[in-house]
Amino acid sequence: MGIKLLLENDHIEGIKNYDTYKKHGGYRAAEKALKMAPADIVEEVKKSGLRGRGGAGFPTGMKWSFLAKPEGVPRHLVCNADESEPGTFKDRYLMEFHPHLFIEGLLISSFALGSNTTYVYIRGEYAWIPDILEQAIQEAKNAGWLGKNIQGTGFDCEIYVHRGAGAYICGEETALIESLEGKRGNPRMKPPFPAIQGVWMRPTVVNNVETLAAVVPIINMGGDEYAKIGMGRSTGSKLLSVCGNVNKPGVYEIDMTISVEEFIYSDEYCGGIPKGKKLKACIPGGSSVPIVPANLLFKTAKGETRLMNYESLSDGGFATGTMMGSGGFIVLDEDQCVVRHTMTLARFYNHESCGQCSPCREGTGWMYKILKNIEYGKGKMSDIDLLWDIQRKIEGNTICPLGDAAAWPVAAAIRHFRDEFEWHVKNPEESQKRNFGLAHYADPRPIPASA
Amino acid sequence: MSEVQNFKVTVDNITIEVPAGTTILNAARMIGGDVTPPAMCYYTKLKESGGKCRTCLVEVSKGSEKDPRPMPKLVPSCRTTVMDGMEIKNITSEKVLDARKGIVEFLLINHPLDCPVCDQAGECDLQNLSYEHGTEGTRYDFPRRTFEKEDIGPYIQLHMNRCIMCYRCVFTADALTEKREHGVLERGDHSEISTMLNKALDNEFIGNVIDVCPVGALTDKTFRFKNRVWFTKPVDAHCSCTKCSGKVRLWMRGDEVFRVTARKNEWNEVEDWICNECRFEKKSTKDWVIEGPSVIARSSVIAQGHYVGTKKTPIVIDKVIGKDPKFLMNIHDISDVNKPEIELSKIAGPAHSNDFKGK
Ligand SMILES: Cc1cc2nc3c(=O)[nH]c(=O)nc-3n(C[C@H](O)[C@H](O)[C@H](O)COP(=O)(O)O)c2cc1C
Ligand code: SF4
Ligand code: SF4
Ligand code: FES
Repeated sequence: MGIKLLLENDHIEGIKNYDTYKKHGGYRAAEKALKMAPADIVEEVKKSGLRGRGGAGFPTGMKWSFLAKPEGVPRHLVCNADESEPGTFKDRYLMEFHPHLFIEGLLISSFALGSNTTYVYIRGEYAWIPDILEQAIQEAKNAGWLGKNIQGTGFDCEIYVHRGAGAYICGEETALIESLEGKRGNPRMKPPFPAIQGVWMRPTVVNNVETLAAVVPIINMGGDEYAKIGMGRSTGSKLLSVCGNVNKPGVYEIDMTISVEEFIYSDEYCGGIPKGKKLKACIPGGSSVPIVPANLLFKTAKGETRLMNYESLSDGGFATGTMMGSGGFIVLDEDQCVVRHTMTLARFYNHESCGQCSPCREGTGWMYKILKNIEYGKGKMSDIDLLWDIQRKIEGNTICPLGDAAAWPVAAAIRHFRDEFEWHVKNPEESQKRNFGLAHYADPRPIPASA
Repeated sequence: MSEVQNFKVTVDNITIEVPAGTTILNAARMIGGDVTPPAMCYYTKLKESGGKCRTCLVEVSKGSEKDPRPMPKLVPSCRTTVMDGMEIKNITSEKVLDARKGIVEFLLINHPLDCPVCDQAGECDLQNLSYEHGTEGTRYDFPRRTFEKEDIGPYIQLHMNRCIMCYRCVFTADALTEKREHGVLERGDHSEISTMLNKALDNEFIGNVIDVCPVGALTDKTFRFKNRVWFTKPVDAHCSCTKCSGKVRLWMRGDEVFRVTARKNEWNEVEDWICNECRFEKKSTKDWVIEGPSVIARSSVIAQGHYVGTKKTPIVIDKVIGKDPKFLMNIHDISDVNKPEIELSKIAGPAHSNDFKGK
């Protein structure tokens, strides 16, 4: 059995409710934290090695210590609950089934950062969750964990739940801030960073739901203990949302020492691929991270076992590796078409680009149109190189990382599955009737001899 | 006056000192000439502008004296301030030129390329940009996106097809109107400029959105299809206006005033906003005191006319490459056309290459 820190009480009936949560050790961390100095909480989080669970994996303690603290200016904690990355649905699980764990994390973090007004920016499509959160907030308030003079400490904190209107780009932290302010959700130019000028130009920390929930076990067990779980710079536990061709899709908590192979095939987690089909490819961290073929998923290019953690998944860089991203684990079996899959993602990014900067606004639509041609048997051989060139001209040249996120899946698909694209172009009619299949994508790769 | 610290920066091998807080773009503009990155969205007068079009991307090969590391990505020069000792590569960077070609291509794939019927032709930043930084052909073979034309009040027409989403008009209207009446609808490649419920923008200065628009997306209905800009002659004029500075540019043919615009500087930016009355209603020489021919320094076709006092763009190429440029050939040495023994006046009709053969 893997370690359970966030989903420890997952099996308990009624853990959604304050009383049950409290009975099973809830708000113990908050009680402890409210007696600590805020700077010491930040120190614990630093020691824990916790990295942001929203996608970029930035060390949370470090982010917190960058927060500007000018005299007389309010600071804010904003929780990014916009979770719109295709394949990612772990935050939803936490908020829906463990609202009090989330609220406790928010409270401790607000106290540590000195945020008297904390916002939860929640994805518009999660229409039923704000009610759950608001009820939990009310319960916490009734028990004296929110509102004025919390538990007699003199610390005031209100949490507001703000609904988005259904835009992926509002998950980008500066677009989120704009949207929270009631404006069009366009990402801001950085610098200034939110830590200096965020919501209403006040110092702001933006963190993912899972990041903030993880603060609870960190305070409970202490930063040092937390850092012992996992390995290297991948400390603690990580939630993964699994979808695609697996027997048991869902949300899993792992400690980041297990191998990718075990994660897919063991009964404790994904339970293998239905109908005994073979694995073709996988996107381990949500739609924005590079897709990898089966033969690079279980073993790195160096022949080492690939593990489910930040370092191992990105081993080999973009040439042969991928990323942990937001933990949206998408599995493709031998019947899936990578061209079609890439087209679907391109369509998503085209639809979600905010349109501020030229490479992303124009390039995403162009890539989608070309991919649509290839998928429907109308592609040209030169289209593949053209796609490569377009993604290359978007990547790194945009205001926010959505441009990169649109470019990477296309780049990785061409890098690893070029013959499937070529097959589509060369066999326009056949490609409409059947799939390219597994081809050689699961064949063992030659391992370069080390020097 | 408090001492402003000066920073030493080098753009394409040319070093200059600029006050701290200057952007890379403005530092490059102080040098002038080819090392100045093109800017399609930045506008000095509009504080929030810039950062969007990405044509001004440059490479920072040395961050500063203190931290000499290069910056990992190309940066928008219009929104990046200089550091002491910073070294910037613009036209000396392959990466920049390559990226810029890409940006120009992106800006053009959905552009209608209807310059022959566009009022902006001849003074269009996108024309200049494509001419200077683009490629001849396009690799885009899909239908271009289209929008309906829209009237923004009695004087202004919006051709959304031509818009490059620079947001300049949005920031201008923001500064002029009380509420957010003029803005962007939708998102991505289907986003469009529009006004609140298609309302006319009711403001005495709203005509200025025409001048800030780098392309022919916002045009002056009182001038529409009246003339090509290069057939009209720009002159500076003023009047005693109670609403604005009254300092304008008249675009005349003979003694007819075809169009009135604000005066623009060498970066094609408005010097003083002018009011609607000056712009749209004072279309007679009687309304104006004419000062004389305008100085137009931008590289548009209008600048090709020989006006007095035209400021030539400085030639900096020798400084960029560190030596005098070596020409591939001297046209006079190899061109037959310049053979003095042939008297052009003796040839009937226009000279043809056959006329030079065998002589
Ligand atoms: C296009 C785009 C969408 C994003 N969407 C989300 C999201 O839905 N949820 C999230 O937590 N972070 C998202 N991020 C990352 C945030 O910008 C930010 O890095 C994150 O919220 C920081 O929290 P963390 O440090 O706890 O990971 C997105 C980033 C980009 C560029
Ligand atoms: S990269 Fe895309 S989403 Fe991000 S600011 Fe530019 S246009 Fe908007
Ligand atoms: S209408 Fe003109 S000024 Fe306005 S965004 Fe479009 S191109 Fe820019
Ligand atoms: S001028 Fe700098 S990005 Fe447009």
